[in-house]
Amino acid sequence: MLTNFMAWMDKRLPVTDAWNKHLAQYPAPKNFNFWYFFGSLAMLVLVNQILTGVWLTMSYEPSGDGAFASVEYIMRDVDYGWLLRYMHSTGASAFFIVVYLHMFRGMMYGSYQKPRELLWIFGMLIFLVLMAEAFMGYLLPWGNMSYWGAQVIISLFGAIPVIGDDLTQWIRGDYVISGATLNRFFALHVIAMPLVLVILVFLHILALHEVGSNNPEGIEVKKKKGTIKPEDQSKFTFHKQYTDKYDIVDAIPFHPYYSVKDIMGVAFFLFIFCWVMFFAPEGGGYFIEAPNFEPANGLKTPEHIVPVWYFGPFYTILRVVPDKLFGAVAMFGAIIMLFALPWFDRGTVKAIKYRCTLHTINLIQFVICFIVLGILGTKSATPLNNMIGTAASFGYFGFFILLWFYSKNEKCKPVPERVSH
Amino acid sequence: MKKLLLAICALVPLFAFAAGPSVQLDKANNDLTDKESLKNGFKTYINYCLGCHQLQYQRYNRTFKDLGIEETDGIENYMYTGEKSGDHITNTMPAKEAAKWFGTAPPDLTLEARLRSPDWIYTYLRSFYMDEKRPFGVNNTLFKDVGMPHVLQDLQGVSSIDEHGKVSPAMGGSLTTEEYDIVVRDLTNFLEYVGEPSKLERESMGYKVLIFLFIFFVISYFLKKEYWKDVH
Repeated sequence: MLTNFMAWMDKRLPVTDAWNKHLAQYPAPKNFNFWYFFGSLAMLVLVNQILTGVWLTMSYEPSGDGAFASVEYIMRDVDYGWLLRYMHSTGASAFFIVVYLHMFRGMMYGSYQKPRELLWIFGMLIFLVLMAEAFMGYLLPWGNMSYWGAQVIISLFGAIPVIGDDLTQWIRGDYVISGATLNRFFALHVIAMPLVLVILVFLHILALHEVGSNNPEGIEVKKKKGTIKPEDQSKFTFHKQYTDKYDIVDAIPFHPYYSVKDIMGVAFFLFIFCWVMFFAPEGGGYFIEAPNFEPANGLKTPEHIVPVWYFGPFYTILRVVPDKLFGAVAMFGAIIMLFALPWFDRGTVKAIKYRCTLHTINLIQFVICFIVLGILGTKSATPLNNMIGTAASFGYFGFFILLWFYSKNEKCKPVPERVSH
Repeated sequence: MKKLLLAICALVPLFAFAAGPSVQLDKANNDLTDKESLKNGFKTYINYCLGCHQLQYQRYNRTFKDLGIEETDGIENYMYTGEKSGDHITNTMPAKEAAKWFGTAPPDLTLEARLRSPDWIYTYLRSFYMDEKRPFGVNNTLFKDVGMPHVLQDLQGVSSIDEHGKVSPAMGGSLTTEEYDIVVRDLTNFLEYVGEPSKLERESMGYKVLIFLFIFFVISYFLKKEYWKDVH
């Protein structure tokens, strides 16, 4: 019965073929480590956000008068509404945590290098859309921090010469942030952005499967056809799309090997996720900020207006530049630098373990600067904080500049032919 | 590498200064599982606070259910103005007029405990002192020049403060300091409950979920190990 059904399907749509190509016979390097969990975890969180989002939308009211009350209605009167809301709000922060770790993994193992530049670009586009998605979603509870946070970020566009003021008005749909802004942000948050996000994730995975997965050693597991003796090749069956072009070594089918491993990762991740969600859903005031328990009020600013923690690094870069326009340029520049990473890195050795010591130090200083910038983004702008922030901003940009210089003639350690396990 | 670690260590103390000055709050030590305390807090709220401060997101019958109050008993003893038990806990004070009377409209307090923390509420209600310069004759050490009168003055009395900022104990109230602290703690407890009525349910569900996930993790670990036997 089932076989007949699948045969019927396969004649009309390549279901089995796609299953094999992307899961059951996809050659994944056998040496993935801890850092390789975050891709599948990001997908898990995306699904969580979409599902909980759909249910929240059923009870949420996107209007200036009703939004705040409808969130409290969800928290009190909707069955398990509080659970849906916390899954969604904790999920937002979790999304950025796993995505930042996923990006760091790529940087550490050179997963952005040739031939994976486009894969990296798709990933960066996902990150960009994710930031827009999160920013718009953050306005929807219509709390006072939502309101003023959005006010600050939208006013950034006002720094653009000539068109700035008109542009901010166009974004808000009003002279100030109002119900009109809330409505359009709602539309973008629940329809436009998620749609783009899902399409980009799809492209990200297609591009990954075209070029193949990198691994902690940065050694390709797909070798030139005819260069590997049959007994040295991987003993598993892979899809002919891969084996026609390459001899495959040190790889295992994604399913079941990495699917069972990822399930383990999912269980571990969910444990931590649920710990936070059930016992500290405000995330110490970082996941849900205290001023957001008060409705949006255009006449009353919160004591410190700070963006949510995940925008912290970029917000600090914006803030330490005295000029508003140049600040905005620096902030967007910080993201553009990441986009251009595959071209800043002129080296050919991928994994950090075979690259020069300077690269290790450079990457460590980058991570420290990024974290410091993130912490400062949630604090008030004292002169001391700005001084540290400036130094960390130099460290952030310096990473890319330095990389461009030393990667050209870098003294790398010899890279073995095969992955050691 | 060592230099790098040193540099990090050097940075750490700077963040200590980065935090702003904070007022010392007294610990409320309230207990959400103490139904009697919650009931007392509810009663105090209805009698002393509700006239000005609404709980517009919270319903009477939900409160009755969570606090273990029989509905008939609740309608009789906690509802004075003839609402239905499914109604939100509101008052009829016109916001515009109230703003004229107090300088600012009294805020809704449903989420006050989440906005400012239970300890803040506990400290605030115990921080009124005599100040002739203020319209209601009182001021507050935690919330300077607050527009609100000392509503619980009948119970606590009022303390005074000398020019060195030294506070003398409250005089002229019907309760002792210890009794008053309990009244305020119960009220704080109630406000924490109202801030998130599902908090206890959330935590009890949390334990079950974590236990399940732990077992699930152990099973998935062995499943992975079993499958990976043939990977060399």
